[in-house]
Amino acid sequence: MRIARHRMAMIGLVFCIAALLMALFADVLATHHPERTRLRDAFKGPSAEHVLGADHLGRDIWSRVVYGSRVSIGIGVATVVLTGLIGAAFGLLSGYFRNLDDPLMRIMDALMAFPGVMLAVAITAALGPSAVNVVIALTAVYVPRTARITRASVLVVREMDYVQAARALGAGHARIILRHILPNSLGPLVVQLTFVFAYAVLSEAALSFLGMGPPPPTPTWGNIISDGRDYLREAAWICLYPGLAISVTVLGLNLLGDGLRDVLDPRMKVTQG
Amino acid sequence: MGRYLAGRLISTLVVLILVSFISFCIMQMVPGDPAQIMAGAAAPPDEVQRIREQFGLDQPFHVQMLRWYGGMLRGDLGTSITLSRSVVAAIVERLPSTVALAGFAFVLTLVFGLVAGVGAALKQDSWVDHTIMTLAVVGVSVPSFWIGLIMIIGFAVMVDWLPAGGYVTIAESPSGWFRSLILPSIALALLQMGLLARITRATMIEVLRQDFVRTAQAKGLSRWMVVGKHAFMNVMVPVVTVIGIVFSLLLSGSVVIETVFSIPGLGRLMATSIVTRDYPVIQGALLITAAMFVLINLAVDVLYAYLDPRIHYD
Repeated sequence: MRIARHRMAMIGLVFCIAALLMALFADVLATHHPERTRLRDAFKGPSAEHVLGADHLGRDIWSRVVYGSRVSIGIGVATVVLTGLIGAAFGLLSGYFRNLDDPLMRIMDALMAFPGVMLAVAITAALGPSAVNVVIALTAVYVPRTARITRASVLVVREMDYVQAARALGAGHARIILRHILPNSLGPLVVQLTFVFAYAVLSEAALSFLGMGPPPPTPTWGNIISDGRDYLREAAWICLYPGLAISVTVLGLNLLGDGLRDVLDPRMKVTQG
Repeated sequence: MGRYLAGRLISTLVVLILVSFISFCIMQMVPGDPAQIMAGAAAPPDEVQRIREQFGLDQPFHVQMLRWYGGMLRGDLGTSITLSRSVVAAIVERLPSTVALAGFAFVLTLVFGLVAGVGAALKQDSWVDHTIMTLAVVGVSVPSFWIGLIMIIGFAVMVDWLPAGGYVTIAESPSGWFRSLILPSIALALLQMGLLARITRATMIEVLRQDFVRTAQAKGLSRWMVVGKHAFMNVMVPVVTVIGIVFSLLLSGSVVIETVFSIPGLGRLMATSIVTRDYPVIQGALLITAAMFVLINLAVDVLYAYLDPRIHYD
């Protein structure tokens, strides 16, 4: 595995695994119940009792950040899976069946014309704030970009000799697409999905910050920051730590994505809307 | 060139029609009764009925759609529920502060993104390169609204150097205007700066390997001439193509940044409209920003085809 020798990618992988472990073992790592309020502790700074301090309702910030990782990373994973499936399907269809290409790609162009966060905000505003609706909204934002990248590699792979050979041997469309084209177009898709994960975590945080994420008292990294916004003067720690958690997770994913790109797809450029 | 332009115009038109359709569908996606949700749960039935009739929500789908497209052609995107004015007026009112903010951030992005990218490429694999590229990847990883809040703590709470928020128009006070835009435009620009620095570095490294650069060096041109004239001009070509993306990211970022810094712009209009469920404003803002993006991309492509005669439409 060449990726194992990519130092930055390995640093990124460590960050990602740390975030994943935090989400998986939230109940072990948390010192308090993330939603239990205790007004006596309101605005208490970091101490032995509350390692990262407490918020305006006396809730433990460390425990909220730890449990918040479940929502933020869960939404990221769900978005990546959905985007991967739908984006790959659109990309394969568009790249393989030339008469589907134009209509599908015009729809993708139209979706890509909206500034990503604005479209996601509008969709969650229509459907209502919840984790599922955030996943739907983010999928709508990232499917077009993923479909385009898959399509681009399908266009190259479909002209390869082994695809012609398979066709000459009488293989059907489904077999050619799934057995020959998909496996050979996977590299750019994997790279793209790593970046989609990073952008999904960032966008989820923005949506939650705007009040369009899972409703309170469920902690998400974005809504903890939103809670702390009114108390910058008295309790800066409320905002500080969830933001660090977002940054470290996204940084990890970006470093991993860069490494995967160097290894799997050296010609791909960094462009992402 | 003529055929390229014609093809490009037609596909732009198709995309614009689709963009408008997607904006229209936002209201259709609301589960249950949009009129009830817009009016609020406590609204009396006659108020809900009034809203239903005002927005034609009692009409069948195709009638609503014709109304939407018809209104759009007349420059009418409906009326805001909470602002008691037309959607277009509400958006136009808020455009100047968003344009100023995005303009500042765009200049920061261009200057620092290009300088950092070219600098890193020229010193490839040195500590300068590593430092710049680490900063760039951090720049694309931190949430802009969080950096905004951290800067407020640093520059407005701990020391009273810059305002923590609010917007001063240039007519009220040019220096106040400038000061009110410093923190938000830095917070807004970080992501694009990182992105542009990474793209510029990758492109510059590729260009520096080209034959014509070696030829320029071989004929004894100074390093400055080679980099500044031959290489940089070629780096600008891919950079022009990401301008559309940068613009789109700036508008996306403006939703959260204008909320953090209480700037009365398009982004904040969007953020308050989602809270008040003012769907006509949400639809209008979506449509107008997407249409601007499509037209900017069209302009970029035309400019591009004009600059580079090798480009053909296919």
